[in-house]
Amino acid sequence: MDSQPRTILTRTGALAAFLTAAVFSTSTLAEELRLITWGGYAPDDVVAQFEKETGIDVKITLSNNEDMISKLRATGGAGFDLAQPSQDRIIGVQRQFNIYQPIDLGKIDTDQIQPSMLKATEKSTSLNGKQYGVPAVWGTSGLIVNKDVADTVTDYTDLCDDAVAGKVSYRLKRPTLIGFAFALGEDPFAAYDDKDKYQSILAKVEDKLIDCKANVKTYWTGGDQLLALMRTGEVKAAMAWDAGGWKLHGENPDISFVAPKSGALGWIDTFALPRRSENVDAAYKWINFVMQPEIAAKITNQSGNFTASKGADEFVKADLRDAYRQSFDEKALNNIKWYPPVPPGLEAMEGQVLDRVQAAN
Amino acid sequence: MRSSASKLSLCLLMTPFVLWIVLLVLLPHLQMLRVSFHVRESWDTVTLGLEQYQNFFSESYYWRTFVRTGVMSLFTTFLTLVIAFPIAWYIAQLARGRAKGFLFLACLIPFWASELVRTYGWMILLRESGLFSTWLQALGLADGPVEMLYNDAAVIIGLVYNGLLFMVVPLVTTLDGMDENLVEAGYDLGGNHWTVLREIIVPWAMPGVVSGCIVVFMLTLGSYLTPILMGGKDSAWFTEQIFTQFITRFNWEQGAALGVLLLVLSSVIVWLGLRVTGQNLRKVMG
Repeated sequence: MDSQPRTILTRTGALAAFLTAAVFSTSTLAEELRLITWGGYAPDDVVAQFEKETGIDVKITLSNNEDMISKLRATGGAGFDLAQPSQDRIIGVQRQFNIYQPIDLGKIDTDQIQPSMLKATEKSTSLNGKQYGVPAVWGTSGLIVNKDVADTVTDYTDLCDDAVAGKVSYRLKRPTLIGFAFALGEDPFAAYDDKDKYQSILAKVEDKLIDCKANVKTYWTGGDQLLALMRTGEVKAAMAWDAGGWKLHGENPDISFVAPKSGALGWIDTFALPRRSENVDAAYKWINFVMQPEIAAKITNQSGNFTASKGADEFVKADLRDAYRQSFDEKALNNIKWYPPVPPGLEAMEGQVLDRVQAAN
Repeated sequence: MRSSASKLSLCLLMTPFVLWIVLLVLLPHLQMLRVSFHVRESWDTVTLGLEQYQNFFSESYYWRTFVRTGVMSLFTTFLTLVIAFPIAWYIAQLARGRAKGFLFLACLIPFWASELVRTYGWMILLRESGLFSTWLQALGLADGPVEMLYNDAAVIIGLVYNGLLFMVVPLVTTLDGMDENLVEAGYDLGGNHWTVLREIIVPWAMPGVVSGCIVVFMLTLGSYLTPILMGGKDSAWFTEQIFTQFITRFNWEQGAALGVLLLVLSSVIVWLGLRVTGQNLRKVMG
């Protein structure tokens, strides 16, 4: 009577030990890098080469800024080993939700990275003397324009021109607010720290966007959706990313990416380490791997966006380089408005404006 | 001894169900209810309050979208019923043998593909450079491309299509059990089409009508993809606002409040529907 429970107990113990052993051995056997990033930033051939060279399995989750922040916030910075948020969306979020850990520049081959960009990112992603991001990929938002309307549409607000009524698309997201604010002659970035001033700028933009709503065919929500709208000619002019514009230019030379008169909006996507990353070493390996010029050029060729890797330009496809030069002359390049870090609280204000525009008739 | 064994088996049988309800339905909703009363003062301090609900009433775009979503869902449900009823009648009463199975299958087949695929299908048909537009031009009925996508009608088409099966199935099930002699007797006693429909068929089918309407209404009210993809710039749907609050704005408190309100709305409308039609849940679902 007495011996039976004991055997069951020892058996359970053995089973538990076996299970724990099994769990631990799988986690040590297959080293894994869980990367949350944007579409095109981790091309298949780059991933395959990395897996071959390091033996680390790469698991990719495609995402965008808001989604990345939401996912990491929900878990307190767990679930992923490496993330790629934009540089302006790091410290505000870090201050509010504490989802990243400082990055150790000593473990990164900084010689591979363009110094100016490294410095800019250091400035915009530092909090309490610690740096949270290193630059990876950069690009701009501007206008994708069909030749038919290229003379009409040269700035963001030209999308509201009667001549292009019903043939226009943009996103209902913060870049649209910023772009329209610049085109209306304001400087929203200068007003980032002055909430009242920013609110008054937003009010102006809101009126303009509500006015402009009749002109819009649809607010695009995904890159593929926009490309389809431009390809079919249903939309003649749109506010969108440069990479999409260059992709379309490759298919149809009549469509090109134009830097708006009031300036294209420049962003830099970074590498940032989630606070509860389980494989920091693999994350550093990945960063150093993809920042090699030849690998970085593969990312450019795939996504259309240029990287912060030094010397990668010469490995980039020629037609992409030409399209880039056609969109940006020296003046347009200097006129790029780079996003400064977003202070907490602004996004709530912007959100209400966007909601009101969406609901307006 | 026997009763304890049967009790045990009942317990075992109920466990997965109870776990499911408690862990996946009850707890998350209670948690959401709690979050909806949070007021974020700064990033690490939270107090309780009604601010999120006040926002809902003071910002007109929230409740306008709310009302719009409710009204359009009701209309969609009604339209689905009107379209599904003749189909169900045909399948249950007129079709025989193989044709019956075949027709039923025909209703089912579209649901082998996901909602996203079905919605994209409609988009290909309705868009300016799409199939319908091309045909209209080829037939000389339109001078230029016709845009049929990105408006409320397109949204309702998509939603009705998505709800159709869930209306047809309960209707067929109830109509199947109806004795056709009842209809014949109705005519023999001097009824015309309209009185027979009103006095005999509809009362008989009522449990199916109500359960179909409840399911379609819930599905429509909670749908996300169809209104967004097909509605375009005027798509404003309440689920979209909840998603935006949670994911784009990081404002879980507001999102939770909107979620609770949606739950209340759907519960109230279902309750009202049951009340008005004189049905109760046991009869409808049983």
